[in-house]
Amino acid sequence: MKEVSVLIGGRAGDGINSAGAMVAQLLNHLGYRIYLYFDYPSLIRGGHNFAITRGAEQGIGTCREKVDFILALNQETADRHRHREKADTAILYNSDLVKGPGQGIPVKAILADENAPEIMGNSAIIGGFARAAGIDWATVNAVFSSHIPKGVELNLKVARRAYDLVKPVHPVSRCASPTLPLISGNEAIGIGMIRGGLEAYVSYPMTPSSSLLHFLAEQKDPFGIQVVHPENEIAVALMGIGFACAGKHVAVGTSGGGFCLMTEGISFAGIAEVPLVVVVSQRTGPSTGLPTYTCQSDLRLVLHAGQGEFPRLIVAPGNAQEAVHWSEIAMNLAWKFQVPAFILSDKTLSEGTYSLDPAVFTPPLPDDFPMWDGTPPYRRYADLPSGISPLAFPGAKDAVVKVNSYFHDDAGITTEEGPVVDRVTEKRLRKWRSLAADMDRYSPVHVSGTAGAPGVLLCWGSTMGVCTEVAGALGLKVVRPVVLSPFPSAQLRKALDGAKQVICVEENVTGQLAELAAQHGITTGTKILKYDGRPFTLEELEGKVREVLA
Amino acid sequence: MTRRALITEAQNTWCPGCGNFAIQHTLKNLLTDRENVGESLDNVVLVSGIGCHAKIADYLNINSVYTLHGRTIPVATGIKLANPHLTVICCVGDGDCYAEGLDHLIFAAKRNIDITVIVHNNRVYGLTTGQYTPTSPLGFRGRSTPAGTAEYPFNPLELMLASGATYIARGYTRKMDPLKDLIRQGIAHHGFSFIDVLQICATFFPAADYYGSRVYELAGHNTTDFEAACHVAREWNYNTDSRIALGLFYKKDAPTFEEAMQPSPVSAREKQEAITALLKSRT
Repeated sequence: MKEVSVLIGGRAGDGINSAGAMVAQLLNHLGYRIYLYFDYPSLIRGGHNFAITRGAEQGIGTCREKVDFILALNQETADRHRHREKADTAILYNSDLVKGPGQGIPVKAILADENAPEIMGNSAIIGGFARAAGIDWATVNAVFSSHIPKGVELNLKVARRAYDLVKPVHPVSRCASPTLPLISGNEAIGIGMIRGGLEAYVSYPMTPSSSLLHFLAEQKDPFGIQVVHPENEIAVALMGIGFACAGKHVAVGTSGGGFCLMTEGISFAGIAEVPLVVVVSQRTGPSTGLPTYTCQSDLRLVLHAGQGEFPRLIVAPGNAQEAVHWSEIAMNLAWKFQVPAFILSDKTLSEGTYSLDPAVFTPPLPDDFPMWDGTPPYRRYADLPSGISPLAFPGAKDAVVKVNSYFHDDAGITTEEGPVVDRVTEKRLRKWRSLAADMDRYSPVHVSGTAGAPGVLLCWGSTMGVCTEVAGALGLKVVRPVVLSPFPSAQLRKALDGAKQVICVEENVTGQLAELAAQHGITTGTKILKYDGRPFTLEELEGKVREVLA
Repeated sequence: MTRRALITEAQNTWCPGCGNFAIQHTLKNLLTDRENVGESLDNVVLVSGIGCHAKIADYLNINSVYTLHGRTIPVATGIKLANPHLTVICCVGDGDCYAEGLDHLIFAAKRNIDITVIVHNNRVYGLTTGQYTPTSPLGFRGRSTPAGTAEYPFNPLELMLASGATYIARGYTRKMDPLKDLIRQGIAHHGFSFIDVLQICATFFPAADYYGSRVYELAGHNTTDFEAACHVAREWNYNTDSRIALGLFYKKDAPTFEEAMQPSPVSAREKQEAITALLKSRT
């Protein structure tokens, strides 16, 4: 498989993320499938930022440790990433700030000559990269024209100066595939939720969920939705419940700390049977932890958040394509079953950029939710065999809609009578079973890699990308539950049938999926765990798996 | 139009003499008046917190959301944002709204969301059997402060004035006609309405004599004058033994939050096109 990796680094505030995105578009226009990882500390100015853009012939979702190009905007970048160099790694650097080796680009002089502002300095570096990678000027021209919001001509002039200075040292050949949209995992979640009927999004900023809030706020008019940023996450969850009680399809979003504040609302949605979609994008915890780094340590939190027992749906998509698909499903099922539904992401997925293929979008899901037929009296919690009660909202003619956080009777009136408590508890349990039975329609466990291989990598969420490639290299199978509640134990057992060695790969310190599987009587073998906030690289995981297999 | 019974069959468990009866009766009368002028009750939603006050959600036979302790206002805000045609009435307690959920009260006032907040202010926690609340007087001996509180109450009217509320009033459950008028005007007010309703707790804070000898109706007060409103709001700070003004303290017309937040309608096809256009811009 053809592939190429490009690291660009500098200080926070140097526009590293957007420079990485330009590199990604150049490779995209050469027909590569993209994954872009952006690494940055929690500060606004200064500190070291870098982006690794990886392009490959097939869809990917991870980076390599080693890179083919290093674009150094400052000396720190050149010094910190020496371990990523290979014998043929091409290094380009801003010669005003960095000492070689590699090819220097006199950014300041180019900007002065072209009378261009400092902000256009990255265009010189990208122009230099394009030439070093042997990318034709027409492609550079096309990418700049499409993706630079203003001053395209001047940026192109700056890029061309560097393009003419640099030697094509590391040609990157074209792939046959067409150019695809590049979007972040959070944007994919947003698009999936819109496809699933989202009408309102409520969120308080918290990395790495904030970019979803920003995206939907930016797109609220074309999507025709409301976006609200309230005073805190307690208000977020409860405002979301208010929207849903009034019949609007709503989602809320946060990360671990904010989610802790939401839990009383989650439990309320559980007993009151309110359809509430909650996006939880994990970062490294506990507590404030590492705000801008990744982790898979909140599975247990999301599984158990909120007092009492009630059904919940949890989906953990593995890349942007799945994020679109499963976010749509989560929006739909939250309403079909009137349960809280969680879309569990992490920094790697939320802030990573992926190629997305709209051609494989599935047809829209039916929105045939169980609605009240209009015959009074309306009973919000009517006790039906499925456990699912017909919906009506305030404003409906002759309906008295009573939603209640207490134990309640069919009409929503508070009760403390033991037999009624039993009955409504069992009603929720039946709903849980209905939801679990419905999961069969959505392939809740994803299986890939070498069919029938005795060695299996068991993983969940964003480690899909790295596990898939490692399994490909080592002839293993990958088994990945996308649905984590209701836990698809039968499907998982079937997927693991015949496996001799099940290696559980997770980015946490306790192996939360392995533990969850064990609770369902599914034992796994060795755990490969990582918890420094950085996602596995291909080389790293491959090395660890080889050790286990040896 | 079908006339409905306005009281449910739920068993009422308020203590005899509880001020909540007066508030429930007032709301029931207002709902009847509403039906009498041909306005459907289908569009009314009652949102309550948790506490003695909140049982009103079970007792009044209208749409209701019986929420969590302190969380009435964010739920009500979501409902109003989702459907601005609904009339949203919040019944909250003083411990509920001034302690557990104070941030939401301040933000609702700041946003001028068109909901009406009726505070059942008995200045004590009843359902948890008698602890001090943010409006209990200094030295209040409750079950969590047997030697008396060491903190002053705050003045919710002053707080609401500072937070931007556009309708601020105080009523008393033993002055039912003026109370009904204040709540009616509050519901009619286009914007955030706040009505602090003094009520006795028959079991834990039976202060009827105290209020009876101090309350008076505001007269000749200019309700559009912010400074004058601050002045009368400070006359009684929920701790001193001064006179206690009842009535409308302040009223102002201002744009509402839900109006500013309404989305422009987009068809399913337009949504799909927006997704397609967005994805195209990312190629």
